[in-house]
Amino acid sequence: MDLDALAGCLSSSACLVTQTTSGLIIGMLLFLVAVGLTLIFGVLKVVNFSHGAFYMFGAYFAMTAYQLTGSFALAMLAGAAGTAILGLIFERVFMSRVYGADVLMQLLVCYAFVLIFDDVVRIIWGPEFKAMGMPSAFQVMPLFIAGGVVPPYYLLLIGVALVAAIVLGIGLSRSRIGKVIRAAAHNPGMVSALGINTGLIYGGVFALGGMLAGLAGALAAPVRSLTPGMGFSVLIESFIVTVIGGMGSILGALIGALLLGLIRSFGSLGFPLFTEGLMYLFMVIVLVSKPTGLFGKEAA
Amino acid sequence: MTELEAGRAQTLVPQRGGAALQRYRDVLIALIAFAVLASLPLFTGSKALLDFVIRCSAYGLFATSLNLLVGYTGLTSFGHGMFFGLGAYSFGLIMQKLGVPIPIAFVATLAITAIVAAIIGAICVRLKEIYFAFVTLAFQMLIHSTILSWASFTGGDQGLRGGIPRPAFLGINLANHVHLYIASCALLILGLLAMRQIAQSPFGYTLRMIRDNAARASFLGIDVWRAKLTVFVLAALFAAMGGMVMALFVSGAYPEFAYWTISGEAIFINMLGGVSTFLGPMVGTVLLLLLNDTVTRFTEYHGIVLGVVILFFALGLRKGLLDFVAEWYAHRRETGEGR
Repeated sequence: MDLDALAGCLSSSACLVTQTTSGLIIGMLLFLVAVGLTLIFGVLKVVNFSHGAFYMFGAYFAMTAYQLTGSFALAMLAGAAGTAILGLIFERVFMSRVYGADVLMQLLVCYAFVLIFDDVVRIIWGPEFKAMGMPSAFQVMPLFIAGGVVPPYYLLLIGVALVAAIVLGIGLSRSRIGKVIRAAAHNPGMVSALGINTGLIYGGVFALGGMLAGLAGALAAPVRSLTPGMGFSVLIESFIVTVIGGMGSILGALIGALLLGLIRSFGSLGFPLFTEGLMYLFMVIVLVSKPTGLFGKEAA
Repeated sequence: MTELEAGRAQTLVPQRGGAALQRYRDVLIALIAFAVLASLPLFTGSKALLDFVIRCSAYGLFATSLNLLVGYTGLTSFGHGMFFGLGAYSFGLIMQKLGVPIPIAFVATLAITAIVAAIIGAICVRLKEIYFAFVTLAFQMLIHSTILSWASFTGGDQGLRGGIPRPAFLGINLANHVHLYIASCALLILGLLAMRQIAQSPFGYTLRMIRDNAARASFLGIDVWRAKLTVFVLAALFAAMGGMVMALFVSGAYPEFAYWTISGEAIFINMLGGVSTFLGPMVGTVLLLLLNDTVTRFTEYHGIVLGVVILFFALGLRKGLLDFVAEWYAHRRETGEGR
């Protein structure tokens, strides 16, 4: 434990800004992965245990596209579009067979794909650590806010995630497609009887969730190292986010992800050996005091 | 009702003969099985075969204990491997740091496991299935990351090195390969017998009832939370026993023992052998270990092969091997009685 370092940081505005931004980018990346997880669970009633693999593929797709074209925008597009297609195929061919089946079956199918996807990445890109490198457009002087250092890329990352959150929130509550999706989550039989293709909606929601995770991976690619199996720790953390925020709630995913990001960045100062433990501790406190999560409605 | 659930329901068919008769039969089978396993070193000098049986004992105890949760109580734990790792590490650390006789370390490890399992179980067993699966998984990752980051105590990612001392006790020297083999078999058979007694006891039938209809069990005055917590702790104890056999076998403990994939493998073992019969997980263990050994000999991409096999079982067959056998047997008996 190093409470002095934590107290010292809290009293200095420079350190406060630096730690808060690093907490925010962890939180925003987690949010993008977790919101896909929570969306898929809300509509399809399955927990996509292989969701971390989409994050991983997003990062690798972005790296390859960036190396081929040199364009950062195309890299992001490749990460998002590639994983969306992957999500659609995965849902239509495999996951759609285990809806309504035992949880054991759903977990096993996803477990099989975690193993397969990790090995596929190992075959295509190799087992070693890879780095995409920071695009030259962002290799500029960092901004100084109240004495704290903030790289411009962090601002872009936070901005993109925020835009995704707002579009998703408004889209689901206001647009026609959003209403159909919410109806399908509530009563798929009735939606289907009204002449709407629920299979298409399920596939679409899964593709959307995969796309968000892929986008998170693509955004993370310049700042993190890429390795097969990188998706798994992200999956566990985003699951903790959905437990804290409440399964099925987008606002809950946002708040939960930001809280977890801040816990990680400030916790690494005060409790360097117990940073991960702090997240679990926080999850346990939420679970014990409010089992449905902070914003959850359904009984857990 | 899914096909898997349909398979499970069969275990509720009343057994022929009294409970006492059933128990004598189980003990007899256990004795014969032990005699066969124990006489194996007399016929073969193959160290590889004995090693294989020791590994089967470790994984078999672990996988069968998971079946108490998955198959009998309907609790799909995805973090059961944490107790396997906890058992291996506690046992190894006690032996290395304290140097007490093996039986004392054995009992102390069970006590530690019981306490940890009671705390984690108290938090988890209230949760609905998918939450239960993932929160147990989260606790597994907590234990795994604690092992990795507390390097001064646990050896970090290198694992517990330097070997676990195995002093002789009561004339049993576990440093001797054959002694270790016999002891592993004895633990396996005793563990299986104990779990069989739990499964066939009134408590075991309470668990099946909770699995099939928890609300009804609650109306009948059963404290569902307490029953679930009890079986969670009991299953953890047997998983820790498996971990201890493993630690004795490799003379160490490694972070992989507490990694989530070991829970995934245990779930698959249960699926492979079948959860509707008591010995299903044991059959699954032998099959998976054989499969692992064969696959690693031919390819380094062992995940793809294992993944495809899992998909074949989960999407294609939807049942374990012993489920098919049990169904065939029940079908034959029914038609036989109809005549």
